[in-house]
Order: sequence, then C-alpha cells, then structure tokens
Amino acid sequence: MTEFHLSPGVTAGRLGAEAYAENFSDLHPALDSHEALVAADRCYFCHDAPCITACPTDIDIPLFIRQIATGTPDSAAKTILSQNILGGMCARVCPTETLCEEACVREVSEGKPVLIGQLQRFATDHLQAQEAHPFQRSASTGKTVAVVGAGPAGLSCAHRLAMLGHDVTVFDARSKLGGLNEFGIAAYKTPAGFAQAEVDWLLQIGGIEIEQEKILGIDINLAALNAKFNAVFLAMGLNGVNDLNINGDDKSGVISAVDFIADLRQIDDLSAMPIGRNVVVIGGGMTAVDAAIQSKLLGALNVTLAYRRGRKQMNASKFEQDLAASKGVHIMTNLVPVAINGNGSVREIQFEYVDADMNGTGQMVQLPADQVFSAIGQTLDCSDLPALEQGKISVTGAGKTSIDGVWAGGDCATGGDDLTVTAVAEGRDAAMDIHAHLIR
Amino acid sequence: MANLQSDFVGIKSPNPFWLASAPPTDKEYNVRRAFEAGWGGVVWKTLGLDPHVVNVNGPRYGAIYGADRRLLGLNNIELITDRPLQTNLDEIKLVKRDYPDRAMVVSLMVPCEEDPWKMILPLVEETGADGVELNFGCPHGMSERGMGAAVGQVPEYIEMVTRWAKANTRMPVIVKLTPNITDIRKPAAAAMAGGADAVSLINTINSITSVNLDLFAPEPTIDGKGAHGGYCGPAVKPIALNMVAEIARDFELAAIPISGIGGVTTWRDAAEFMALGAGNVQVCTAAMTYGFKIVQEMISGLSEYMDDKDMTSTSQLVRKAVPNVTDWKYLNLNYVSKAKINQDLCISCGRCYAACEDTSHQAISMSSDRIFDVIDGECVACNLCVNVCPVEDCITMEAISPGVVDPRTGKVVERDYANWTTHPNNPVATAAE
Repeated sequence: MTEFHLSPGVTAGRLGAEAYAENFSDLHPALDSHEALVAADRCYFCHDAPCITACPTDIDIPLFIRQIATGTPDSAAKTILSQNILGGMCARVCPTETLCEEACVREVSEGKPVLIGQLQRFATDHLQAQEAHPFQRSASTGKTVAVVGAGPAGLSCAHRLAMLGHDVTVFDARSKLGGLNEFGIAAYKTPAGFAQAEVDWLLQIGGIEIEQEKILGIDINLAALNAKFNAVFLAMGLNGVNDLNINGDDKSGVISAVDFIADLRQIDDLSAMPIGRNVVVIGGGMTAVDAAIQSKLLGALNVTLAYRRGRKQMNASKFEQDLAASKGVHIMTNLVPVAINGNGSVREIQFEYVDADMNGTGQMVQLPADQVFSAIGQTLDCSDLPALEQGKISVTGAGKTSIDGVWAGGDCATGGDDLTVTAVAEGRDAAMDIHAHLIR
Repeated sequence: MANLQSDFVGIKSPNPFWLASAPPTDKEYNVRRAFEAGWGGVVWKTLGLDPHVVNVNGPRYGAIYGADRRLLGLNNIELITDRPLQTNLDEIKLVKRDYPDRAMVVSLMVPCEEDPWKMILPLVEETGADGVELNFGCPHGMSERGMGAAVGQVPEYIEMVTRWAKANTRMPVIVKLTPNITDIRKPAAAAMAGGADAVSLINTINSITSVNLDLFAPEPTIDGKGAHGGYCGPAVKPIALNMVAEIARDFELAAIPISGIGGVTTWRDAAEFMALGAGNVQVCTAAMTYGFKIVQEMISGLSEYMDDKDMTSTSQLVRKAVPNVTDWKYLNLNYVSKAKINQDLCISCGRCYAACEDTSHQAISMSSDRIFDVIDGECVACNLCVNVCPVEDCITMEAISPGVVDPRTGKVVERDYANWTTHPNNPVATAAE
C-alpha cells in the first residue's frame, strides 16, 4: 500500500503505474489455443442444447465449440457472428453465469460449466484478428433506414440491414460510436480499445453511413427521419439517470455512476483519474458494481456499495457480487440514503436501515465519503418519441412502435433484460422485421 | 497384500508386469531405471545380426489423441536395435547380474535360415538371460526384408523357425505374434507345433495415424513421405483382448501360455488380459507416455483388486473369464433387458435421445422440460444410450424377469436358455430336444 492510498479527499495518482496496469488488465485473460481445445473438449454436444435456449441471441453453442475443437475457429466465429454480430463484446461482458453457462449441463451436474464465454472470445478474436470481414453485402435494394443510436442494438440492426442490401444511416449523440460498449462497460472487461476496434470491424460490411453528435429531439426529429427514410430504428438507450433526491445531493462529489464509468473509459492515463479515499456507491445493479470495483481498482481505500434490499434482490449477479467482494468492496444491504453531509463537498452520507418491506427502522448509520456515486437506475430522457410504457418506448413483436415505419430496441424500448446481448438480439430481430416490411 | 509373484513358463519375476521389447528396453541405462522403478521383467529390444540396422533420422512416432492431448494411440516406424550385437549382449549380462530376481527375456530377429539362429542363441544364453522371444511381428521395415511380420504371416515359417530356436537353446522360447493376419489361431498353432513354450501378442498393427493436410503426406512424415508404422497404445487393447481370448478359448491352443500385449496402461487392463488367459502382460506405450513409475500403480492396483477378490496368486486370476467367452450363436436369445435412466443422475444433455432418435430405435422420449425416458415398447437393449451417456451408471441395462411380458414383442420372457442354433428362423437349426 502506498502512502497515496491514505491521501484524504479526492485525488488522482493513488497507485503506481504497474498497479494501474495490473488492475485494469483483462478480467479473464484470453485462452491460448491449447486451453481452448481443453475447454472445448468438455462440451457434450447436447441435443437441443440448454445453452442455446439460454442465449438471448440463440447462438448454436455446441456447434461453434465443436468447430473450435476440430481446429476451425474461424468457422466457429461465423457460427457466432451470424447470430450475434457483437459476439466479441458479448463474449467479454455477457453475464454468462446467468445465461449460457448457468444452463450448461456440466454446471448443473458438476458446478463447472464449459467455458462458453471464453471459447466464444477465442473464436471471435481469432477471426477479427484478420483483415477480412466474414459477411458480404447483398445487392443494393435502394431502400434506406435510419438507425438512431450506435450502441449494441443500433449497430446490430444496422449491420443486418446493410448486409441485406439496405442503405443505412446511423445517427449517434456522442463523439464515439459504440454506446455503452464504449462508455458504459467496466474497463477491465474490454481493455485495449476493443470496443472501437469491433465497431470498425463491423462497419466493414459497407452500406452504413455515420452521422455523429446528432441528438434526437435536438439535431434531428423523428417525423423528419420517418419522412426521409423508408424505416427508422430507435436505439438511443437510456440517457437520463435517476436522482437521489435527498438532502445534500447537490454537494460536490455526488456523481452519477454512469458518468464516472464513462469518464474512466475515456481517460487515456488512469493515474490522472481522481478518486476519493472513501467512496460510497448507491445501487445494486451492474452499474453500481462496476463503479464500486473500479473505484477500488483506482486505489480508493474504502469502497462501500450500499443497496436498499438484500443481496438476493440485487440485479448484479452473484459472480459480480463475489468479484466486488474479492476486490475489497464492502457490500452493505437494507440501507436507504437519507442525507448527504458536508461543507460544499460531500463529507459523509447518512443511511437508514430498512426492513424487507422497505419500511424505515429508525436505525441510522453514517459512512465517511469523499465521493458518492449514485447508480439507482437510468431513464429515457427525450421528447419526440412514439408512445411510451413505463418510461420506455412501447414495442410489440420484433420492435414495432406506435408509429408506422418506426421500430425500437435496446434499453430504450420495453421488453427484455437491459443486457448487451439482449440489445443485439433486439436489433437483429427488428432488422429482419424491417427487411420483411421493406421488400414486401 | 496379494502376492504378485509370477512364474511364466519357468521365468520368475516379482510381478507379472514386463516391459515389452521396444525402445524402453533398448539399452542398459533404460532397463536399470525400469528395474529400479519396480518392473518385474523386460523383453530386451530385438537383437539382430551385425552390421546393425539403421533408423530414420526424422520422426519415428505418430499419435492420435483424446481430450487434453491424452495419447490414445501411438504408431512407430522404428526398427530393431540399431546398436552392435555385442554391445547389447554385454549390457544384458551386466543388468541380469545386478537384478537376478527380474525376468530378462531377449527378443531376437535374424534371417529365415537356421545358421543365424544357431549362431545367436548361444550368445544370448551366455548372458544369463531367462528366455528368448522370437519377433515375428514387427510390421514395418524389417518385414520388407523378409523378417518380423513377414514370418509371422506365414504359419509354416513360424513353425520352422520356432523349431530351429528350440533345437538350439535350452531357454524357454516365446513366439511373438503379429495381429496383421485374419485368424490369430493359425500362427499360434504353428508356434505350438514348432515347440514354442509360449506365445506373446499382439505386436503392432499396420497403421497410418494421420495425414498431414498441408503436405498431403502420412504422419510421421520423413522429408515429404511416410510409410506405414505399427500401431499400439490404449486404442489397440480391444483388438488385442480378442486375439488373446481367441487363443485361450481354443480347445487345441488352450494349453499354450500367453503373454498379453496391446495397450496395457493400468492394472485394470492387465487384469483383463490375465482374466482372458494371459499369464503375464507386457507394456510399452504406457511407459513411453508416462515413464516407468506407472508400474507402481499397476502393482498396487492389482494387489488391491486381488485382495478384494480373495485371490492370493495371479494364477487364480488367469483364465478366469475364458469360460464366458463364447460364440454369438450360443448367446441366450431369451435374455431380455431394457435401458433404464436414473433421473437423479441424468444431467439432461440429451445425447441418448439424439443417438436413439437419429441412429437407432426411437426408444427414448424427450419432454419439453428435458426429461428423458426409455420407451420399453421400442427399446431393443442395444446399449448405445449407455455408451454415449457422459454420466457413469446413469443409464443401465435392466434384465426383465422371466414370466414378464416384453412390451416390445408382446411375448412373455422365457425362463429357459435358447440360442440361435435352435431358433425357428435359423435355416440350419437343430430341433430342440
């Protein structure tokens, strides 16, 4: 432990260069080819395999694993990518422990699933390390589609439509493409600029135009898009965050965890990223866990993740919770924040213990805090949208909205878990539906 | 702990595990290491006449693998010893002097004339070796020169050479047989007719382990070309077991002792060979894969097994399974069994279903929640589901008791034994008495 660990307040450079590099290296190092063969050999090639059913994008997992086992990783990659064009990122960020690997019969029988996620990465990395794009664009249909948002759903939809011969224009609000892949995922899950490399690789299909820093409702509007293009796919994600709405939440040092994670992903030099000695993260989902773990990895001395319900109710998987605990994050449950104290900047945060029904108990606890990261949910903060349902764009079938010619998918739309892989599936399925609509 | 002391045609060894004539027994250094590790005996790598043979200077071995590069089969194109005869004889003498309690058998291969045998046998005898093994099995290289398998494939030659050997030595003569024939009983009978004290089998099987799909050449590849080699290792064990059993259960051949060879890797393999009639076993590939230490597991494993079976001598195990090896036509056609899936052990992989539904009798049902069950009315008890199931003992074959109706045939299971020889569908059936 360096003396900078103990530096009070919020400061950058708490760690040495080696510690930053080690802390933010690959969470799961890539399998080498022998490790991949050994892992692939464990697959039973199940009939109508449960892992396929568990995959939101229905990747034929036994087939791609057999293709790895027989020394044809590029064929394996094509099996994956034909279902999930962002199979490389999903191999890194999917909560496989609650999807394919949870369903793996070897998980059920032995508690040790086939390493599906890592094998998927082995195959997709092998193919993407080569120059050529594996898919070819069909002859142009002359039809045009606007895709709003270049996150997983938008990119998946754009790629599929472009492959089918449609001309796609992708509008994105930010200066870099990728959405949460670029701004939202923990740095140690996708190091070495993988997200941008994957976007570049995906765009090699051709037929996709990019318009950056275009915000729906400000720079572009839905009616105009719908008039100009033959179809529109909305995939903006969730751009707003829920506020804490407690006394003192305006103090300096109270930050949205989403912004903290985005800043961290975009910073070139991790030693320039300021972090508090005492950090408190509020929330129980993946964003909260990612913020808490990365705070610890940046050298925060004490990191507490405070959640209003019990461990079982946390949206973050057990794997993620255990990962956080292993990095030294203190997880406290049944706590609701009531006030943030400090003189200009946050100094401490006060919580009340609540029972299982979220009723206050009157028992309080104070935690010292130099930074408070709130991760209590994101919202769709945008006008100029089709009809909403519970704050999201209401969709039916493969993403049809209340407006003719407009589809939606990903986090901004109803249905499905807010996972990268779900967004990819929704983008792909909407693309197929749009395609059917366009070639009628 | 069971006594593993072995007496094979008068050759005594502290256990029935010998190293086969092969690279591990090519020289003094290796054999001393083997004896230190605990091997009961060795068959010294085949001696020939000077000038000694030469080996290729490229790869000599090819392999096939199971999961995690577990070596399942090995193929070699190495010839007999490539060292001068006298060097080998001197070393054999030194090792036997220092390890008098171990079996020292010397493998021999000289041309098919009596003089070379007359010349070499006394030289071997002079080393103090316990016996000789005639290499009539080597399938590559030497066979092109009229030796090895070229002899083993002609019963008349086997008999002739064996007779020469017996006439020119007092040592026990073991004849090593090649499996590259159609009926192993013929060469065994020839060895017996020539006066052999025992046969050993199997030697290696003609093989090409794989083809290099970039060079379009067989492996192992020597400068772009490959020649067939001899296959051994765990993959050949089933072939070897059958050949050993064929000799052991033959009325005429039953008297000849057998040294079992072919893929022996564990104590269990050894016990299986012995139960099918082998008096001892010879090992090569397992030692070449894992080193000499494996013999310690073989010793402890066979001892533990024999203790469990209340056997005090390996002779009680030898031939124990021979009476149960029969011809297909004598199998009981009134014995009916059905597959049974233990739902507590089933991991719902569905491999039994895919195998049965696609390739067999559509006798396994699959529910929407992945419960797999046997349909007794369709199950012919083929055992494929048992074989493809990744979980040991999850699927078992359960016999139907006599008197119960087999739902597949609608017939009552008969209590009495009845086989094909009396079956009404057999055109040459003899009427049951």
